[in-house]
This record gives sequence, structure tokens and C-alpha cells, in this order.
Amino acid sequence: MTDDGPARRPPGTLEAEVMAVLRAAGAPLSPGQVRERLAARQLEDLSYSTVVTIVSRLHAKGLLERERTGRAFAYRPVDDASLAASQMSQALQAGTDHGAVLSRFVSGLSGRDARLLRQLLGDDEDQPG
Amino acid sequence: MNALVYLPLLVPVLAAAAARPLAARLEPRLATWLLTATTVALAAFSTAALALLAASALARVPFLAALGNYSQPVLRSGDPVPAVAGSAAALLLTAAAVAVAVVIRVRARALAESYRRAARMAPGGRVVVVPGRAIEAYALPGSPGRIVVSGRLLDALDDRGRAALLAHEHAHLAGQHHLFTTVAHLAAAANPLLIPVARAVDYTVERWADERAAAITGDRRLVASTIGQVALLATARPARLRAAALGISGPRGLAGGRIRPISLAWAGPVPRRVAALLAPPPRRQLTLLVIVAILILIAGASAVEAARDLHALLEFAQAAR
Repeated sequence: MTDDGPARRPPGTLEAEVMAVLRAAGAPLSPGQVRERLAARQLEDLSYSTVVTIVSRLHAKGLLERERTGRAFAYRPVDDASLAASQMSQALQAGTDHGAVLSRFVSGLSGRDARLLRQLLGDDEDQPG
Repeated sequence: MNALVYLPLLVPVLAAAAARPLAARLEPRLATWLLTATTVALAAFSTAALALLAASALARVPFLAALGNYSQPVLRSGDPVPAVAGSAAALLLTAAAVAVAVVIRVRARALAESYRRAARMAPGGRVVVVPGRAIEAYALPGSPGRIVVSGRLLDALDDRGRAALLAHEHAHLAGQHHLFTTVAHLAAAANPLLIPVARAVDYTVERWADERAAAITGDRRLVASTIGQVALLATARPARLRAAALGISGPRGLAGGRIRPISLAWAGPVPRRVAALLAPPPRRQLTLLVIVAILILIAGASAVEAARDLHALLEFAQAAR
């Protein structure tokens, strides 16, 4: 871990610790199980809702996949290959520099373009052959 | 130096105006090569013209004139380039150098990032499927390059649509299309008047990949409808998604079923690509090629002529001392 310091941790440290716990587990874990394992690693005692907040944030970032088990969700890390790919598509959607060398299949459509497109393809289907 | 030196600065305006019609009419592979070469040549000539203008102004700075042993009165009388134009050229030249450096940095980082990401993806597979809700497909240059497709997009297409999509993206990787667009945008950074030409290259590499996909699948209409389907899916808001997924021929637009000529004059790249695939395959157009070649030659010849002018003037100014 990046830091074994006392009460104050730099932002992101908790997320990294939760990721480490989930990677080590090898199976999906519920937030309750994550909390227990964090406690077992002698990290500070987090409240259940804090753990839920952290895993939800990681899920929103695309780093965790989740499935419903009973009343709660169980979380597991996204594997590296698809993680790299999904980070790439996030970078693309954010319109950052990485996009400069990518060739996307389609670029965005304006409302006018969408109408034109329907018209083009629609007319085409009217006149087969 | 006579007014010819300004010509290489003006030819890019003509090229910018001609770029989109050329991109629409020429066979895409040829158009890509031609337009990329045009941006490079015209950027080089206009940069040379700026350098000449700046040099003629610099040569008149007393200190530098003394250094080069030039006669100032001769330079003043023999050179119609106003000092203002020379200084403006020097400023533009500096701006161009900065812009090119910035674009090189951005593109180099993007390319390195792309290679790094491609290398990290699962070994063996050319096609990487991304989980998640996005409608997304792109070619990622690398060694080997990858085709990244979202699972949701794969699900939305049938087998033939998938074949068209993958053939298109594979053509980008096999043809190293990112190199053409990178070179064109680098050249356009040196002379922003060439930005429309660089954008036209962005378009012609898409057309190139579309025509490859059409050749591989043997069905131009399939490629056209796949592009249309994916574009509408990617744009649709959730409420409209189902209609878009069910049929691309759904709403009839404004025409109300009546067939009406469709104007593509202000359309974005996707409808133009689809229209080009629905039209007969493009043929080589010799006349257009000749016109472009003449434009480039004019720009090149006037840059060379201006350089010879300045050289002669400087020699004369040296001899007069």
C-alpha cells in the first residue's frame, strides 16, 4: 500500500486499499465482506456506508463490476485487458488527446445529420436493386 | 523580391476551398495520398515564403546588415517588401514553429499512449470487446494494433453488420491511416489555412476504410446501412433507442415519403459516407488531379522564384559594399 500513516490518508488511498482487497479475494465480495477484510488488515475501521460509497465510486469509474446477491451487490475488479479498453473509451469520450490517433467507426451526428441519414437509407430501401 | 513571394501564402486558401469537393469526388485512397501530399507541400512552401519575407526584413537591421556585409541602401531600394510585412512574417513564422511543436507533442503522446494500451490488452486477440453500455468501436494503432468494440454494439449488429464493422476498422490498422491524418494535421499546424485540407484527410481515410469494407464484404449497401445503424444507435437517447435499433428506415424525416433530392452541402461526415456508398463506386478523375498538381507547382515555383530573387538581391547588396 502507498501509505501506512495514521488517521489522515491522501485521497484515493482508501480506493486503492479496497481495490487491493477485492483483487486478493478472487471472488465477488459484498461491501460488508470488504469492510471485514479491511479491518482484518488492521486498517482503520470504516463505517459500512463509507465502504458502500467507495465501491459505488469505483463501480462508476468502471474499475469494478457488480452483480446482485440477495439484497446487496457483490463487487469484483474488472480484468486488466477490458480495464485498459474501457479506460481508453473513457478517454475517448472525454475528448482527450488520446483520441487524436484513434479511428472511430462513426463520429457524432447532429439532429440534422440523423434526419438526413434516415432519409438516405429510407429512400434506398424504397428502390431496391 | 517581388510580389510572387506572397503567392505560396495564398494558394492554401484555394486548396482549402477545393479540399471538400476533391474528397467527395476522388477515389478515397488516391484522395488521401493527394491531400496529404498537398498539405505537406503547401505548408513547406508557405513556410519558406514566410522565412524569405522575414529574412529580407532582418537583412535590413543595421547590425545584421553589417554582419552580412550588405549595403543597406541597395537592400532598401531593391526590396519592395515593407518592413511591416517582414516583421509580420517573422511573427507568423514563430507562431507556426510553436504550433508545430505543440501538435508533434500531442500526437506523439497520443500515439505512445495508444501503443502502450494496445500492448496491455489480452495477447493474441485482434478484437477487444469492452463491457459497458457505450456504443463504441475504434481502431487503436499499436504493435499489434487492436480493434476495440463495445459488447453492446456487437449485440446490436447481425453477423454481416459485424463483418462490415470489423473490415472497416481492420482497414484503418492495415493501411496505417493514423499516419496520414497525423502528417496532414502537422502540416496544417504550420499553416492554419490548411486545416480544412487536413480535415478532408480525416474524411478520406474513413472513406478508404469504407471502400475496403465494401470490397471485402462485397456489398456497398451493407456497409452503408451498418454505418447508418451504428451512428443512429450511438446518437439515440435512451427513449429513442428502441426505434433506432428496430429499423433505420423508421421515421420518414421531413420528406413525408415523397422522394426529394437530398442536399449534402452542409452535412457531417456520416451522411456523406453513407451517400457515397449508396452511389456508384468512385473512379479516377484525371482532370481534378491535374488541377491540383498545377496549384502545387504554382506555389512551389513562386517560392523558388522568390528565394532566387532574395538571393540575387543579397549578392548585389554585398557586391555594392
